[in-house]
Amino acid sequence: MLIHLSSPHIHSGDSIRATMFAVILALIPAGIISVYLFGWLAVFLILLCMLGCMTTEFIALKWMGRPTAPVMDGSAALTGLLLALTLPASIPWWMALLGSIFAIGLGKQVYGGLGYNPFNPALSARIILLVSFPLQMTTWLIPMHLGASIIDLYDFSSAWQLFAFGVSSLPHALDAITMASPLGHIKTEWSQGVGVSEALRAYDYSYLDAFIGRETGSLGETSALALLIGGIYLLARHTITWHIPFSFIATVATMAAIASMIDPNHYTPPLFHMLAGGLILCAFFMATDPVSSPVTPMGQIVFGIGCGMITWCIRTWGGYPEGAMFAVVLMNCAVPLIDHYCRPTVYGKRGSQS
Amino acid sequence: MIKSFLNKLGFANAPFAGGITPDMCKWTEHSAIEDCPLPPLFIVPIKQHIGQACTPLVQVGDLVLRGQKIAKSEGYLSVPIHAPTSGKVIKIEEHPIPHPSGMGLASIFIEPDGKDERDTSLATMDNWQDIDPAELRERVRVCGIAGLGGAAFPTFIKLLKDKRHPIETVILNGIECEPFLTNDHRLMVENSAEILHGLQIVMHMVGAQKAVIAIEDNKPTAVSAMQKLIDALGNDAISVVSLPTRYPQGSEKQLIESLTGKQVPAGKLPMHAGVLCQNIGTTRAIYDAVVLGHAITDRIITISGDAVPKPANMRVRLGTPMRFIYAQRGLEHFDGIQILHGGPMMGERMRHPDIPVIKSSTGLLAISDEQIKPAHQVEDPCIRCGHCSEVCPVNLVPNLLADHCRNDQLERAEDYDLFDCIECGACSYVCPSHIPLVHYFRYGKGQTAQVRREQSFAEVSRVRSESRDARLQREKDEKAAKRRKVRNTLRSESVLNTDNDAKPEDTKKSESKE
Repeated sequence: MLIHLSSPHIHSGDSIRATMFAVILALIPAGIISVYLFGWLAVFLILLCMLGCMTTEFIALKWMGRPTAPVMDGSAALTGLLLALTLPASIPWWMALLGSIFAIGLGKQVYGGLGYNPFNPALSARIILLVSFPLQMTTWLIPMHLGASIIDLYDFSSAWQLFAFGVSSLPHALDAITMASPLGHIKTEWSQGVGVSEALRAYDYSYLDAFIGRETGSLGETSALALLIGGIYLLARHTITWHIPFSFIATVATMAAIASMIDPNHYTPPLFHMLAGGLILCAFFMATDPVSSPVTPMGQIVFGIGCGMITWCIRTWGGYPEGAMFAVVLMNCAVPLIDHYCRPTVYGKRGSQS
Repeated sequence: MIKSFLNKLGFANAPFAGGITPDMCKWTEHSAIEDCPLPPLFIVPIKQHIGQACTPLVQVGDLVLRGQKIAKSEGYLSVPIHAPTSGKVIKIEEHPIPHPSGMGLASIFIEPDGKDERDTSLATMDNWQDIDPAELRERVRVCGIAGLGGAAFPTFIKLLKDKRHPIETVILNGIECEPFLTNDHRLMVENSAEILHGLQIVMHMVGAQKAVIAIEDNKPTAVSAMQKLIDALGNDAISVVSLPTRYPQGSEKQLIESLTGKQVPAGKLPMHAGVLCQNIGTTRAIYDAVVLGHAITDRIITISGDAVPKPANMRVRLGTPMRFIYAQRGLEHFDGIQILHGGPMMGERMRHPDIPVIKSSTGLLAISDEQIKPAHQVEDPCIRCGHCSEVCPVNLVPNLLADHCRNDQLERAEDYDLFDCIECGACSYVCPSHIPLVHYFRYGKGQTAQVRREQSFAEVSRVRSESRDARLQREKDEKAAKRRKVRNTLRSESVLNTDNDAKPEDTKKSESKE
């Protein structure tokens, strides 16, 4: 049956499902890197979060008596995937599941479902987890390629053991299988009065490794290269525009450049900021979440600049080593305001009052 | 290739803001224009343009000639209607016209006599260069010419030589950016000489020094046809510009922006920017009217769509029923098919094919339900992707605007520039959630108009009631003043006569006060 019949009578064929699956596709390179770093553990976590989110969505919709078709539109699966990629590999499975329930339940469905959530669901869940379980959320496994790891995560059964029973079930000391992330390391050293360059030397930090993703961190945030491949795909497919990622990353880089010019031993250099933590993941995949970001190009630039400033401030002066996710969620609050004031000038009204 | 890629990334400078590049489906671009035979019965509505309807001049039983005026224009914004062929008026009654609501209008039914004799009462004006523009303008009006690009705005109104707003450039709009439609394209290829002649008449009428023929680059045959002719003519005042294909470039204001980089100020007309836009078919009709003395009785229509077995461009007499035209192209059964009057982006859906074509009929499409369904799918929630504002040629924020319209927040919608929407449909076309954005804007505009009507009615009533109160008060005051005057006169008279008379009147006064 035809619902409405006014023009236009043709359509581009784009759909929510196509959009969501394009983003999932764009995250596959980052997923591959996470498997390279953390073996089967990454596979388990990603599947758990995706299924957890879709199940939560199904239950929530059923409970509210709404049609359950949206479970398959890819948005819940995408939220699960994004959430998994922001989690440390060693997180207990039940925390990850709890995160999935938070993401869809509290992050999305309580607001009315797809299109109505003011915050990015995956990021809000990650923040809830970080604040509730600070230790587990900042424990980083030594990635496989460093070879120092005692457990073989490429081996299905030993990975399953770690996944199912947790880090404490292993006979190894925690210190033997974990390490600090670059951002965390710098922050700790800095609080102890160690200068930036010295701290980076002590960490054996390499920009190339950070770019390719041969470092520890959350599952999907380590490889700038993999994320950029996905991001460029989304740009080329026109799922996202350059405004948010560019202004976000450029702001962080600019602020870092100015600060490190003033005192290079106190503030980390811009390139380190750009490659560290979840900045690129947040800039290309979280901040660009259409539902919780501004609609207009001008608004998107304002949004990106705000995200960048807050990220750099939290990283530099805040209590947490990483601030990108807080920045995005804080800026999500400002979106309706930004949208209202950043409307483009309507045709023929340039220079006029209205 | 690289440019379209950069365009996608948002770096390249698009000719005008936003726009889309749908599948153009120009299946009939190489089909030569064919003549549509005369139908057994013509249905000629008394209004085929924007503006006031005409008044029929003929009666049942009258014999008419092709091009004979059968309904006279009423008011300024109107042009007369002419008989499409010679024949007999058999009835005058209401009949559905091309309108999405299926509404009807008085129509003159003419049975052709097959002779197709033409009314030759209008003189030819071969020497138009020596004729006063005002006289030519009257000729264009008398010949019933209205914009054949789809809006059907009475053409003579635009062809005004106004000293306050001199027209420097005439833009001949050969863009034809709607998918499927190829009628202007074919005219440019087959009748380029007449079109160029018509353009020169228009330039003479408005006193323009320059003219630009704007054609999209998906019509290279039209570009070369026009260019060849201009080269032969050696006229360097007229130039052909090939623009990148992009919908809705054919929209007057967008085309002006594409060509000049300048925008027509909001609420102003192209003439305020020194520009006049003319449609290809209309220019051809102006040539016919001036040089040949022919009133408008036919137009080129593209008959296309996936449900039409033999798509074509046809020269069709105005008043021919759509069913007859479709039958010429092999389409006789309309189950599971949607009929569109105009292009797929801005055309209207017709409820049935027993409707005549009029001056605004650019195309007749027949599209199967399966093809049209994606555009009319049930709407999903808005995910705020912003594609709608990216493609909006007037820089609106359609998703927010649609929210305001849907919630009847009409003032808010107006603040979000509802009335600047040109209803091109680009936003609805790209929306991944299939939200009928333009539909909401039409609703919002309609509601606002309704509210304004009610408000102005209330305002008129208030003013009327206030002035009535004021009048009553004034009359009362006047009466009282009169009484006082009379009394004073009486009193002064009575004072002169006797003092006692004053007393009873005072009593009377106090009584009346109570």
